[in-house]
Amino acid sequence: MSAYEAIILTIITASTPLLLAAIGELVVERSGVLNLGIEGMMVMGAVTGFAASYVTGSPWLGVLAAVLAGVATSMLFGLLTQTLMTNQVATGLAITLLGLGLSGLIGSGFVGLPGVKLTSVSITGLTDLPYVGRLVFGQDPLVYLSVILTLGVAYILKHTRVGLIIRAVGQNHHSAHALGYRVVTVRYACIAFGGATSGLAGAYLSLVYTPQWIENMTAGRGWIALALVVFSTWLPARLAAGAYLFGGVWILGLYAQGMGIGIPAQLLSSLPYVATILALVIISTNRRLSVINTPASLGQGFVPDR
Amino acid sequence: MNKLLKAAAGIVLASALSVSAIAADKLKVGFIYIGPPGDHGWTYQHDQGRQAIDAHFGDKVETVFVENVPEGPDAERTITRLARQGAGLIFTTSFGYMDPTMNVAAKFPDVKFEHATGYKRSDNVSTYGARFYEGRYVIGQIAAQMSKSGVAGYIGSFPIPEVVRGINSFLLGAQTVNPDFKLKVVWVNSWFDPGREADAAKVLISQGADIITQHTDSTAAVQVAEEQGVSAFGQASDMAAFAPNALLTSIIDNWADYYIARTQAVLDGSWVSTDTFGGMDANMVEMGPFINMPAAVKARAEATAEAIKTGKLHPFAGPVYKQDGSIAAAAGTTVDMGTLLGMDWYVQGVDDQL
Repeated sequence: MSAYEAIILTIITASTPLLLAAIGELVVERSGVLNLGIEGMMVMGAVTGFAASYVTGSPWLGVLAAVLAGVATSMLFGLLTQTLMTNQVATGLAITLLGLGLSGLIGSGFVGLPGVKLTSVSITGLTDLPYVGRLVFGQDPLVYLSVILTLGVAYILKHTRVGLIIRAVGQNHHSAHALGYRVVTVRYACIAFGGATSGLAGAYLSLVYTPQWIENMTAGRGWIALALVVFSTWLPARLAAGAYLFGGVWILGLYAQGMGIGIPAQLLSSLPYVATILALVIISTNRRLSVINTPASLGQGFVPDR
Repeated sequence: MNKLLKAAAGIVLASALSVSAIAADKLKVGFIYIGPPGDHGWTYQHDQGRQAIDAHFGDKVETVFVENVPEGPDAERTITRLARQGAGLIFTTSFGYMDPTMNVAAKFPDVKFEHATGYKRSDNVSTYGARFYEGRYVIGQIAAQMSKSGVAGYIGSFPIPEVVRGINSFLLGAQTVNPDFKLKVVWVNSWFDPGREADAAKVLISQGADIITQHTDSTAAVQVAEEQGVSAFGQASDMAAFAPNALLTSIIDNWADYYIARTQAVLDGSWVSTDTFGGMDANMVEMGPFINMPAAVKARAEATAEAIKTGKLHPFAGPVYKQDGSIAAAAGTTVDMGTLLGMDWYVQGVDDQL
């Protein structure tokens, strides 16, 4: 494996959990819901995925359990914000706190145990190809899944009726309601999807990235994913580019340090947020951008006026 | 946002504590942790020390702890909370709690404070630290003997004196075997972020390092070493379970004896503000089992550790040269304690700039 392959592989590993968590949140926000609980759903996915794979010995069952845990956590958020009409920001924060605490409790018996790693794909002949073999045919399955999900979301949002409905609900829930769409049901579905991908992102951490369970192992990645969605101006293609950019900047920074080029690590850690602030500035100064892509009903609860 | 959250988490935890904290006459001993006790590293060892107090004193002492307390203003609030709840002795176990500890101590003159790895003291604030760099010297020497590429990778958290001292000591140990030994340093700007620690380890390995060592708190780096077939060292706690083939040894922090002694001092009324900087001689720093290495390397490591323990060998014994070539300690002298405590320069041979 050449040095450049190693760099790209490491970048992909660092970017994939961001991409997975963010693509779900993008759909959630497109439907007009702001779920700040990504970190909580992710960490629940991480602990459940680890626990299930440890108990059963099967990483795939771990992935499945992580998805279910993410969905379950997101449904709690859905119940609170969509049915009981609580404030979305506060509820999202509460879900994050709950997730961090509850995962620590669930995981206390699993700390320090060796994990089951989800093995990378290996196709005879193809994976051994020079230069591109490992990169194209030798990733772990979740990397392919993240790419498929991104392409799928992009296609569905832009080219299908379902996508149109999701966007309509996010743009103006009263109009969507007047047209006969079930705003709350659509939002529940989107929140569940966001929970599923956040759970997947958590599973990626505890089954692929660092196959072990450690409390708080998400270490703020949920917030970076959230920042990514804003950075992408709610566009899947830009989201994918942003995820690899954030991951790439971080890994290349480490490389530069290893080669003796002094880049302050503090600067690197802040880059995703700086980039997001810049994106926000650009969005708010460009009226066309903000009108076209920002879901107008973002963060507002919907009560049908019968 | 993350900081805000952690602060909120701190408040939630602190209020949860106030419910459970009632007992009157017992001495209450409080602990503030930077990470979770389940990190199997730094905080884990402090929590082992706390449990040792429980086991040693039984009903006479009650211990409480707050985990994941961010350094800075949030720490001050959490420490105040513990003091208000009637803790008689509070251990604040990270460097960044220094100023918060001093501020709170000024408001609670009857409460005794113990701050780990800091340098500010007052009548009711003691400091304590361990000479981890003694262990670093031993593992540096092992690294130079075990490395085929002659390059080791060092994952640093923050460039504070404690970490810089460890890096220098590691390289000085390595240079006793191979004067041209190279050390690559990567900073991850966090004490605890398993993903980033793993990234850093991968990066260092791909740049030719075949020995990985870290001054961060999780076990992620040793796991990467295990996966990629290079060697690694455990930090703070014995990490052999995470890398049975890659691990060579671990530097283990042993706080139990100190914590028990200080708790006893408060119970006796003999507590006074002190500055403790214990090393291998006080068993505050211990080496884990030497594994996965030839008998000769093991024997040499044991001899080195013994020499440090008995005081025959000082890791910073001269001649020590700074990175720019100037001399820090001439032959026959050692780098003095003040310089060690405030160390902000690399020794010659480190492939990094501070």
